[in-house]
Amino acid sequence: MRHAIATLLLLAPAPPIAADMLADDRADVMYHRYDGGGVTVDGPSLLVRKKFAEQYAVTAGYYLDMVSSASIDVVTTASPYSEERSEYGLGFEYLRGKTTYDLGFSSSKEDDYEANTARFSISQDMFSDLTTVSLSFARGWDKVYRQGDEAFSEKADRRVYGIDISQIATRRLIVGLSWDTVTEEGYLNSPYRSVRYLDPASASGYSYEPERYPGTRTGSAVALRARYNFPYRFALHGEYRYYADDWDIRAHTLEVGYTHGFADRWIVEARYRYHTQEGADFYSDLFPRSNFQDYLARDKELSTMSSQTFGFGLSYEFAAPWLRFLERSSVNLKYDVIRYDYDDFRDLRYTGLEAGDEPLYFFDANVVQLYFSGWF
Amino acid sequence: MRRPLAALLIVLTLPVAGCGRVEPWVKPYERAQLEDPIMDRDRDPVSSSYVRHVYETREGARGATGGVSGGCGCN
Repeated sequence: MRHAIATLLLLAPAPPIAADMLADDRADVMYHRYDGGGVTVDGPSLLVRKKFAEQYAVTAGYYLDMVSSASIDVVTTASPYSEERSEYGLGFEYLRGKTTYDLGFSSSKEDDYEANTARFSISQDMFSDLTTVSLSFARGWDKVYRQGDEAFSEKADRRVYGIDISQIATRRLIVGLSWDTVTEEGYLNSPYRSVRYLDPASASGYSYEPERYPGTRTGSAVALRARYNFPYRFALHGEYRYYADDWDIRAHTLEVGYTHGFADRWIVEARYRYHTQEGADFYSDLFPRSNFQDYLARDKELSTMSSQTFGFGLSYEFAAPWLRFLERSSVNLKYDVIRYDYDDFRDLRYTGLEAGDEPLYFFDANVVQLYFSGWF
Repeated sequence: MRRPLAALLIVLTLPVAGCGRVEPWVKPYERAQLEDPIMDRDRDPVSSSYVRHVYETREGARGATGGVSGGCGCN
């Protein structure tokens, strides 16, 4: 749990643009790798989807993170470590008329964290299939443990309410609106992370104490998006998201992208994403004294920060004689460079400076996805 | 938080209750450009869920990605 955890194998249905049908049978095998800020996370991911009688579909997934961490938090307050997180997911879809019902479960486990999530959604095609409205609800039950402390056991519960609307606007334009509200309750901080505070008695000028978060958090995000297919088979898309929560985090995220298909076999894509956020109201890089306030955080994900992503992708579709059981196949390579800049999180690897005068922290991450997809 | 959500659901579904069949301004046979894979923002779910995971674990915001978000235990 020393790294952040997200449940990703909830196996949502991929709504096809043509209504009244479920998405095609397919299998995906992926190798993923994240490398940045002293952290390497890589591993495989597997996703298989199969229809039955055109009305039912089952999706199963497996995902593994192999983590090797010497992040700035680790090198300044702890020791480098390695760990694994595995996740399993199972989803069921039922199509009745123009309505799709979806039920999904996922379970994630590592040495000091367990997360179980259930999800239900209902999607309705309406207005002659020009509009698709989806309502979703997810419930998560997490258990938090601490390495080396058998007595430590905490819980965190989560509820996610979501609405997604997809609208065909013209022959070439699709627009969409999404809204999610997430409420959490329980042990929401890390049992390992510390905050720092000014301490004249310390040689460095500061000392550490455990972080302390509120027991609840509610946040909402709304996103608007559009995608337009130009002549000569290239599409442009844009998306804006606004997020706000009761920890006073406010975030804006903007993404634009270009997707070009040619020769019926190749798809090339490029995207740029910019994210900026104001930090939580109980966050500080350096508190004036010990126990300065009720809640204390120095988690850089909760700080005022920004990130920029430059992403590239290449897909090649083929039919191989030795894969006759597949109707078609593709190999895909995606590469993202993400730059993280922190406005209120200082790099404590620089020593010999006055506390609070250290340079601000930043790092670049490289994210690689290499995957094979087969439709059968 | 649940009341505003319920209100929005009612508002969103009201037009459906009052409407009969809507004449589509984009006919089904005019949607070939929309069915091209390059128009599918979730063309490869194994990839889009991974990318969502990368961002949710390193940023303070989450949700409204159009895909399935189970939320993020980002402690």
